Amino acid sequence: MTTRRSFLKGGALACVALGAAPRFLVRAALARERAGRPRILIAIFQRGAVDGLSMIVPHGDPDYYAARGSIAIARPAPGAADTTIDLDGFFGLHPALALLAPLWRDRRLAVVHACGSPDTTRSHFDAQDYMESGTPGVKSTADGWLARALAATPPPPPVSPFRAVSLGAALPRVLRGEVPAVAMNSVADFDVRDAAPPMAAGGGARQGFESLYEQGVRDLLYGTGRETFEAVKMLKAAAPERLAPANGAVYPRGRLGASLRQIAQLIRADVGLEVAFADVGGWDTHAGQGNERGLLATRLREFAEALAALDRDLGPRMSDVVVLTMSEFGRTVRENGNRGTDHGHATAMLVLGGAVKGGRVYGRWPGLRREQLHEGRDLAVTTDFRTLFTEVAVRHLGAPAEPLFPGFSARPGPLLGLLA
Amino acid sequence: MRAGPWAGVLVAVAMGGAACSSTPAAAPRAQSAPPAVASPAPSEPRAAASLRLPGGALSEDQRILHALNRLGYGPRPGDVERVRRMGLAAYIEAQLDPDRIADPALEQALAAYPVLDQTPAALVRAYPPVAPQVRQKIAQGEMSRREAALMYPPERRPAVITSQMQAARVTRAVLSQRQLEEVMVDFWFNHFNVYAQKGAVRWMVPAYEREAIRPHALGRFRDLVRATARHPAMLFYLDNWLSTRADLVIPRGPNAGRVVGLNENYARELLELHTLGVDGGYTQQDVQEVARCFTGWTIDRPQQGGGFRFRPLAHDRGAKRVLGQVIPAGGGVEDGERVIDILVRQPATARFIATKLARRFVSDDPPTAVVDRAAAAFQRTDGDIRAVLRAIVTSPEFWSPEVYRAKIKTPLDLVASAMRALDGRIASADGAPDALGGGGVALAREVARLGEPLYEAEPPTGYPDRAEAWVNTGALLGRMNFALGLAHNRLRGTRVELAPLVAGADRREPAQVLDRLIVAVLHGEAGEHTRAVLTAQLESPEITRTTAYDRVSRDTDVEKLTALVLGSPEFQRR
Repeated sequence: MTTRRSFLKGGALACVALGAAPRFLVRAALARERAGRPRILIAIFQRGAVDGLSMIVPHGDPDYYAARGSIAIARPAPGAADTTIDLDGFFGLHPALALLAPLWRDRRLAVVHACGSPDTTRSHFDAQDYMESGTPGVKSTADGWLARALAATPPPPPVSPFRAVSLGAALPRVLRGEVPAVAMNSVADFDVRDAAPPMAAGGGARQGFESLYEQGVRDLLYGTGRETFEAVKMLKAAAPERLAPANGAVYPRGRLGASLRQIAQLIRADVGLEVAFADVGGWDTHAGQGNERGLLATRLREFAEALAALDRDLGPRMSDVVVLTMSEFGRTVRENGNRGTDHGHATAMLVLGGAVKGGRVYGRWPGLRREQLHEGRDLAVTTDFRTLFTEVAVRHLGAPAEPLFPGFSARPGPLLGLLA
Repeated sequence: MRAGPWAGVLVAVAMGGAACSSTPAAAPRAQSAPPAVASPAPSEPRAAASLRLPGGALSEDQRILHALNRLGYGPRPGDVERVRRMGLAAYIEAQLDPDRIADPALEQALAAYPVLDQTPAALVRAYPPVAPQVRQKIAQGEMSRREAALMYPPERRPAVITSQMQAARVTRAVLSQRQLEEVMVDFWFNHFNVYAQKGAVRWMVPAYEREAIRPHALGRFRDLVRATARHPAMLFYLDNWLSTRADLVIPRGPNAGRVVGLNENYARELLELHTLGVDGGYTQQDVQEVARCFTGWTIDRPQQGGGFRFRPLAHDRGAKRVLGQVIPAGGGVEDGERVIDILVRQPATARFIATKLARRFVSDDPPTAVVDRAAAAFQRTDGDIRAVLRAIVTSPEFWSPEVYRAKIKTPLDLVASAMRALDGRIASADGAPDALGGGGVALAREVARLGEPLYEAEPPTGYPDRAEAWVNTGALLGRMNFALGLAHNRLRGTRVELAPLVAGADRREPAQVLDRLIVAVLHGEAGEHTRAVLTAQLESPEITRTTAYDRVSRDTDVEKLTALVLGSPEFQRR
């Protein structure tokens, strides 16, 4: 059995377990926010390996159009629809990402291209595991890098159970570790649905279940049980599900839109959120990937709509927020036999937020000539993903650089400088 | 779609039936597949007396519970006694030979799910995709979504297929007498995962499970790899149907003149997930060579539900080298078959499969000794799955107290075991179209809500089999809510009768009721704390309530107490 993480939480757990008013936690969170608002990181994992060369198109590189026939994204042509949206004369946005162009112009959106892992695996599973543990090539790492970042930055008690939240049925690897993290399918359903409402107002069954998990060995099951009820009570008091999207934000249909909408609710309800995680699949485009339109374009459009809606919904609060997107690797530079792409190496990652020095593509472009490619076929990695993640964790969350990525020395200097 | 003959009928969970029937006279199922072990390769003896179970520190009843929890979806009322009567070794032997176990109640219940027996072609006709013309009209605003919905009523939509499959899977886990076979079908489907929501796969899933997985669930590993490799569901899911030799120019048809080529998706997952394992010692070069061997393995008109087809024109006839072995030039469909033969004989494959099976049956991090034994059995018998399972259940580690109740139930484990513990009944659809109602659908929805939508794992890895994957705040709440819904009969189409479980206890005496419940549901295996908490709950006015019809005497809320027991930490383990 997995041994249970130790509990770093202090008084809050005890108080809440005894049934103290969870409003107290909400107030505490609010007070801390006034003292110095918690910085919030929203991490979005594009599972399945997004084609970075279609997302952020190197239209200025002639080898791009030589390597790709049917799936290349057309060169920028101002005024013409369905062409690459130029960013800096060399790179451009996929036209389906048009909603992100204003954020780029506002200098709140940055791109890190040719970013990826030093490990050369082309296995989705291994590469995702490495990107979440933060230890490429090492499978035995027990915790995820975001959990380590949170463990290294303990806030003063009482500690909110909502420091880390993942939207989805499972708690992702990146948030497993020494700090409590909440996984939820939906904010609204996060409670015990008791029977016989007239009699059970106040939750007789909830109380019973809570008692069942109150004591017992400190293992995964009991520990999770205790965190669950603490979180349920706090959420009931904060009632984030009642917050409609603000500023006329409209989220796209689908899971990513729903996830980001609820993350925004948690942020606006001030439950003490510091790290939120959402993932979105559908990027493994081995066949029929499409170009300006088609399979990948559809996925990218939803992606951009969700990010743009989040930005609009949070409005001025985006100054406290950084959104970081990631994907386990990129895809082959050459189009494959089925108008798709196979598993490759480097990809592009996006960083969005008020504190971001945006309007720039970071990282060195390695080029697309055959001899410049990784193993003669894939975009080479020139920015280790840990460099980017370190910068976000250190500059934005205030985590110390050292225990974050074991075996990776974040020498002073190599940071990209994309966060103020 | 018409309602099946069982519409409106509550199919009992064969109460009192021969749960562990090993009646040798029972005829094999009419549609049962030919014996899975077709080749004359050495096979382990299968006589009932051959299974020697090692001893250990567990009591006999604990050993029986362990077997029922690991080799199946947990005990139903009376199961422990029945296994005790027939002998644990004989029970396991019987489970290893499922064709000899009669299962009439299950077969009746499955009649509610007609898609199970249908071919992909028939399913495409019965549950057609939206026609391209209609799609176009919607896109151009010439037809409203509502008008289109009228053309495709809910009971004729392709979603019905997956819904019925999901319902059938849960129904089987709850009702089947062939418990081990169901566990193995779940295991292998997950191992050779396909995703029902990817394109044409949805019409192929019933055939995939029926033809490629189920007949070999306790058979030979090689047959599983072969059957999945050529099945349209796998060919479509991992894109091999599109993979051709490099720079093939399509000679005719709508895509004439297009240049197509290699796709390495299937080849990579075949090596990484189906056979060698990610650390199994292959290279990117091997992936490409394997992909070349499988060029031309395609589907005859996939959108119409066609079958496997080998297209010589698309095949790369050059020589290839896979794991150091040369596959000479000039080959055809046999190149892929050669690759499978090479892969299934690799020691890495034996080890990878042995580890995964040991993880399912023993513990999340199985002891090396049991993996060694299982891998040795795999190699000795050329991948006889039955022999590997025998090696596992005859290992002392399988019966050691350290692994007793050490596995966290997956969502399917939890839902099925709760239904079994309470002797729940699954109604088939009551008048409504089968796929839309029925207890199986409701139960499958619960499994999905807990994080395991059946047939809908998108990545080729399938669902994980470790505690961390299933234990988290949201999922735990979901489990408690499921327990409440089930015990209070709030799940549509399912019914539990709690009275028989607490028969003999005086409902006015909550302590008596609780004792009966702990025996019936947890078989006495409740920790001190759980017992104390549940006892304390008895003082709560919500557990012992004053009833409207009898204001003097107390009456125990058996439903709520049962829900608490099902939601307890103990019941999350198996």
